[in-house]
Amino acid sequence: MPEFYQYLFSGLTNGAIYAIIALGFSMLFAATDLINFAQGEFVMIGALILVTLWPVMGLPLPLAFVLAVLATGILGIVFERLAIRTVKKPDPIVLVIITVGAGIFLRGVAMIIWGKTAKGAPPFSKMPPLEIGGAYLLAQSVWILCIVLVTVLAMHFFYSRTLTGKAMSACAINKRAASLLGIATQKMTLLAFAVSAALGGMAGVIIAPITMNEYEMGAILGLKGFCAAMLGGLGNSWGAVVGGFALGIAEAMAVGYVSSSMKDAVAFLLLLLILYVRPTGILGGKAIARF
Amino acid sequence: MGKKGIILIMAALLALAIMPGCGEEKKAEPVVEAPKAAPVAKAEPAAPQMIKIGGIFSITGGASYLGDPEKKSMEMAVSEINAAGGIEGGMVEAVIYDDEGDPSKAVLHAKRLIERDNVVAIVGPSLTPTSMAIIPDVERAQIPLISCAAGNGIVIPVKPFVFKTAQSDIHAVESIYIYMQEKGIKSVGLLCVDDGFGQSGHEQLVKQAANFEISVIADESFSASDTDMTAQLTKIRAQRPDAVICWGVGPSPAVVARNAKQLQLPMPLFMSHGVASKKFIELAGEAAEDILFPTGKILVTGLLSDEDPQKAVLQNYTEKYQARFNEPVSGFGGYAWDAMELLARALPGTGGDKAKLRDNLENLSNVVAVSGTFNFSDEDHNGLGADAFIMVRIKNGAWELAQ
Repeated sequence: MPEFYQYLFSGLTNGAIYAIIALGFSMLFAATDLINFAQGEFVMIGALILVTLWPVMGLPLPLAFVLAVLATGILGIVFERLAIRTVKKPDPIVLVIITVGAGIFLRGVAMIIWGKTAKGAPPFSKMPPLEIGGAYLLAQSVWILCIVLVTVLAMHFFYSRTLTGKAMSACAINKRAASLLGIATQKMTLLAFAVSAALGGMAGVIIAPITMNEYEMGAILGLKGFCAAMLGGLGNSWGAVVGGFALGIAEAMAVGYVSSSMKDAVAFLLLLLILYVRPTGILGGKAIARF
Repeated sequence: MGKKGIILIMAALLALAIMPGCGEEKKAEPVVEAPKAAPVAKAEPAAPQMIKIGGIFSITGGASYLGDPEKKSMEMAVSEINAAGGIEGGMVEAVIYDDEGDPSKAVLHAKRLIERDNVVAIVGPSLTPTSMAIIPDVERAQIPLISCAAGNGIVIPVKPFVFKTAQSDIHAVESIYIYMQEKGIKSVGLLCVDDGFGQSGHEQLVKQAANFEISVIADESFSASDTDMTAQLTKIRAQRPDAVICWGVGPSPAVVARNAKQLQLPMPLFMSHGVASKKFIELAGEAAEDILFPTGKILVTGLLSDEDPQKAVLQNYTEKYQARFNEPVSGFGGYAWDAMELLARALPGTGGDKAKLRDNLENLSNVVAVSGTFNFSDEDHNGLGADAFIMVRIKNGAWELAQ
């Protein structure tokens, strides 16, 4: 039984990371119908900025946290302004390819700024791992789970209770109609990019202490986050969260009860299965109709 | 301009695209030409002609941490040999090219060294893929190659003209298992990274275990980009092996070390020679404490006992390298230094005959060098043993010899 708990904790930690990356994918898709394949690079940049500001430059952690998230958010705005809005014929396929290119570009820039060697960061709080039922849970995992939970609730509140959030949903449903109703659709797109990039940056910040941070770390995290978003239903915030945790736990259980060499295979098999049985994802509803 | 014009331009572009050779021609100038100090040869025009030795290293690009010290060490070895009067009076000249870690460039340079530069032997390349790529050409030209790469495939099966100086995971695994046998460890759990490095190590770990009466009772893998390996470690821990061996290189073993600490793994943790750098201690922090791993002796020269036959050689190389290049010695330049040392011993009496040089190389034995003590034979073109590695333990953020 302690083994089961340990697999579960491992799955929850990874799942929370996938969930918040998936949330970034999902909310951008909901607002703009666009899949941003540079999302993983925002995760990487968030992590590297935190490493620079906190352990290296010695800023207090909360300040470094906020600055890293803000900086990635601003980077998201710059990205939208320079790479997305300037496109003459914004076909979805053109935009998606632009995001792929932007991802490669960001990776290169990060390599020049931070170099090729990996950097570590200490955990947020220096506490020994918690022992629960014979399994150990890292204090940083508790931080990750709490921060992700708070973020998800905040996003939920934003969409359902604020005018801006509702305006953003309106843009997603019908851009022209939203514009006719007086919603500044371009501003909404910009905001969606900022928030989605900031979510990626936050994912980077919270995982910085448990992984090794380098310019290449974003690619696979972005891919897993995309998987989680698809799994849960693209465009649905709760779906992203469910998909993220489902993917993380499935991976950990696959390692524990099948074989560690099957880890990635199980994740992608799960995705294929879901897409076959329920193409809109676990919680996805109308999303597929917009494609 | 009509349709014909466009077709012509397209054809010209296509022709340019499929002839990468013409663009490269100019770039492929040797990085290093003749040794700067060769006044002896000039003063005596009757002296035997230059002995040209080729070098191919990944001097720039991702593997420059290997190629750069190798190139420097080769240059240093050449000027040493020439300062001591050359080989049978003939000055040695190094013709070194940079393959940038690209196998196709390595092949291009190998062909040039063989056909245009007329070298008697080639040192390098730095990487296993680049070395494997040029083997067909050197075998066809029957020219001795001393590779600086670690891959076992370079010398297994034995190819007549191919030798290598870098230690391989065969010796690293052997030295771990010898240590384990001394400590009475009977069972191990393996955790290997799922890339080429991990697969090759895994193969050796499984193959050699029986020779040391060790049983592999857990066998897991991880991918280098994983952020959490606690699930694998938990599964291994449940089998209760006497020790855990993690085989990986780069930052991921540091994650394994942290996870092992987090799970309070009760058994000792061994790692591969891939973690033999200060960077690992920096990344893993406190979690690095008490981890055991094998390493080439160059990194622990100061710690070696005076009885170690390699100590004097290592000190000599380290001092000369640091004095000449004003940078700390790396663990890799020694591969090229050793290759030159072997050639310097095998060259006399050959008169530039490559087949004779090959035979001499194969018959070299008991050559105490930087990477280990070389004993070549017709069955072993790497010539090293488990004593090329030494077991090290991390204590208080530094290395100490594990006794």
